[in-house]
Amino acid sequence: MRRTFFRGVGLPYLLLAPQLLVTAVFFFWPAGQAVYQSFLREDAFGLSSEFVGLENFIDVLSDRDWRGAAARTAFFSISVAALALSAALFLAVQADKHIRGAGAYRTLLIWPYAVAPAIAAVLWLFMVHPSIGLFGRALNAMGVPWDYKLNGDQAMLVVILASAWKQVSYNFIFFLAGLQGIPRPVLEAAAIDGAGPVRRFWTVVFPLLSPTAFFLLVVNLVYACFDTFGVIHALTQGGPGKSTETLIYRVYTDGVTNLNLGSSAAQSVILMILVIGLTVVQFRFVERKVHY
Amino acid sequence: MATLPAEVLARRSARRRRREAIVTHVCLIIGVLIFAFPIYLAVIGSTHSASTIGRGDVPLLPGPDAVANYAQAWGTGGGRFMGVPAGGMLINSLVMATLIAAGKIAISLTSAYAIAFFRFPLRMVFFWLIFITLMLPVEVRIIPTFQVMVSLGMTNSMQGLVVPLIASATATLLFRQFFLTIPDEYVEAAKIDGAGPLRFFVDILLPLSRTNIAALFVILFIYGWNQYLWPLLIVNDRSLETIVVGLTKMIGSGDSQNEWNVIMATAMLAMLPPVGVVLLMQRWFVKGLTETEK
Amino acid sequence: MATLTLTGVRKSFGTNPVLHGVDLDVRDGEMIVVVGASGCGKSTLLRIVAGLETATAGRVMIGDQDVTALEPADRDVAMVFQNYALYPHMSVFQNMAYGLKIRGLPKPEIIRRVDEAAALLDIGTLLERKPRQLSGGQRQRVAMGRAIVREPKLFLFDEPLSNLDAKLRVQMRAEIRRLQKRLGVTSLFVTHDQVEAMTLGDRLVVMHAGHAAQIATPMEVWERPADTYVAGFIGSPSMNFLAATLEQGGAAARLGNDLVLPFADGPRTGKAGQKLTLGIRPEHLRPQAGGLRVMIELVEPLGAESLLHGRLPDGAEMTVKLAGAVHPDGELEVMPMAEALHVFDGETGKRIEPLDQSTTR
Repeated sequence: MRRTFFRGVGLPYLLLAPQLLVTAVFFFWPAGQAVYQSFLREDAFGLSSEFVGLENFIDVLSDRDWRGAAARTAFFSISVAALALSAALFLAVQADKHIRGAGAYRTLLIWPYAVAPAIAAVLWLFMVHPSIGLFGRALNAMGVPWDYKLNGDQAMLVVILASAWKQVSYNFIFFLAGLQGIPRPVLEAAAIDGAGPVRRFWTVVFPLLSPTAFFLLVVNLVYACFDTFGVIHALTQGGPGKSTETLIYRVYTDGVTNLNLGSSAAQSVILMILVIGLTVVQFRFVERKVHY
Repeated sequence: MATLPAEVLARRSARRRRREAIVTHVCLIIGVLIFAFPIYLAVIGSTHSASTIGRGDVPLLPGPDAVANYAQAWGTGGGRFMGVPAGGMLINSLVMATLIAAGKIAISLTSAYAIAFFRFPLRMVFFWLIFITLMLPVEVRIIPTFQVMVSLGMTNSMQGLVVPLIASATATLLFRQFFLTIPDEYVEAAKIDGAGPLRFFVDILLPLSRTNIAALFVILFIYGWNQYLWPLLIVNDRSLETIVVGLTKMIGSGDSQNEWNVIMATAMLAMLPPVGVVLLMQRWFVKGLTETEK
Repeated sequence: MATLTLTGVRKSFGTNPVLHGVDLDVRDGEMIVVVGASGCGKSTLLRIVAGLETATAGRVMIGDQDVTALEPADRDVAMVFQNYALYPHMSVFQNMAYGLKIRGLPKPEIIRRVDEAAALLDIGTLLERKPRQLSGGQRQRVAMGRAIVREPKLFLFDEPLSNLDAKLRVQMRAEIRRLQKRLGVTSLFVTHDQVEAMTLGDRLVVMHAGHAAQIATPMEVWERPADTYVAGFIGSPSMNFLAATLEQGGAAARLGNDLVLPFADGPRTGKAGQKLTLGIRPEHLRPQAGGLRVMIELVEPLGAESLLHGRLPDGAEMTVKLAGAVHPDGELEVMPMAEALHVFDGETGKRIEPLDQSTTR
């Protein structure tokens, strides 16, 4: 812990001021607004509003469309996380081996991190478009009726693939860093104990990697819940029907398109609680990790 | 275990090692191809005419129209409606991403400095106030934040795009973490040398933080460049359009009659700066990423 | 150049007292070494003088100026740190010049002073290098140089040699002493190493549990340690201690095995049978029949001499240093040299001086 400090009180407040100002105006004020509005209901013209207690929440939680979106979000997020994590772990284990060109492989696997989710969506769209996309046309030519713009399951598959595709490199970087952080002697000891490569992975490497994996799981879930807005907006706009409408997409449509502010605010508050929950779980875990 | 002659075991292990290396290479090459292929297709798409693509004859080799496509994308834009030139959008994205990254770093550096090197009342309260914002990503509070922007009259402006995004709990935590590793002796030596807090910050702390700043800049630049929902909401003046949002607007509902050649050229232009930054500054980028998220 | 005066300096961290009131007068140009085990408060004392800590009570004067409430920068002191604290992004020149630049000295003057100090320290060729391109010894010199160019009233050294290897440490030790003598700057040097303390200091401050246990010249500390702590701390190998009682009207001590040792330097006051602790350094024991019987457990040949570790019949540990190579078989009888006997109070551990001397001194 630091023992030497500078004297003065005015200066540190001055140094903190910009951050606190931005945080207050653009974080706490809107968050407070959201909580406040979530208890209000506006009339059709937005002229007056009345306090309705938890009614907005009850409406949201009992809304079948919202529940559908919640279930869809869960399915979507878990699929994206599972796909992106397992692919990244597999590739990281391969790239961690002592082979020629390991550095080049690494470089070639990390750049998709820089691709915006919306651009990833455009790239995938160009591949799977039913009439101009290479794969879309090939599927149709083989007799598979492929049109993600009409078939909800296909639309879901495409947004999952595009979202996971973009996230693999992020996970890869962390898994690789985690693998490189495992002390060599531990692996060598396991090898001398006679454990084969597969056994070594599951009994030594994977347990040591589990903090990284857990951290990434939370990050991936948050990513799939919120950052994939761009993917969905660019690829399917939540459609066809509502088959790719996730919770964050619904907040957007209710708030921007339908201008239903009370409901949108209640949805925002529910999402905030969700993120706070995920963050708390993560920090709990990180803390435990620190102790053991 | 049956004991085999040593040379048999040795040959067996050499063969196994070679086989494993081949399998590893094959796996990695397939991985690289899966990630490269969409880009490859986009590059190919950007070198053919709109009619070639629209016909559905998806080519696998480069065509002759690259120059024309990129020139159109850069200068006049694509899409049958509301073409916006990519040149202007790129500049908007560049300005936005740079300002967001620089702004985040600047205010995080000063606030981390205050928290790490001073003792003052409510220090930990402020620390937690900043820390809590970790839990409130912009997407979650998007509508109420938008309303705040409207009341402040900040929509449709560059500062509206940038300022709300420059608070950064992550960067503040990272810098604080780094500052805690700076030995007390530097502070003490500076005090004895007669340096006050501002001089210490400028003369000692900033130079020592150089690599951290560079690493963070890469991450935050990409973060800023890839913003989507926020500019989509805040800006409807198309002269402020950023390239990522502009690109998806070109697609509309994904009609096959779109000028896909120009769209793909624009996509390439939109990807180039952040991907270039990652590839050129790979070392800093990886360091920045893995240390930010700890 | 100036004197340094500490009066009743106390320091507590929270409720935890670290210094219990230290008084010290340092003469102009004197080199004072503060020595003690870790946690004795020696570093805190130095940091209070530097202004990096504020004393809970007491006063610090440099020359005629009361600096107790001043910032380090306003005290005109320079400090050499344990890990040197060279700014890693600055060249050697910039490191040495930084304090002068902040004080607004004109450029030619800064260059003159740095060049002069660099020549003095023989680092003139290193001025453009960065600290990481220097060896430990060179860094040490640069850290010294940074202090010297300031031409301060006071040099403060915070264990500056402890990061060097043994050989370099001896070399730098001598060099620091030479430089300090030549420049004549009043200095405070903190170390846990008693050899460093003995060789460097004009006077030592032996710190123990927040007190200055003794302030005296190295030889005085060695010859007449103020209490059993100082006696055990200074000198290597450590002094042997034996429980005894006062006998013969204060003229002798009786050991547990009924051996009676008369005091060569005069009688002590005290009741007969008063508990004493006798101290005798390992080099002040001679083999002699009828002395203390030591069961030898280990012999360490050091070349010119041998160290014999063993126990008395009552179990007390005993170290004997003898000239040359010796091979005692199991047992040895040794006799303390009477004139080298140290007498301490058995309860308080304080030194008990002989009667006639304590009156004359």
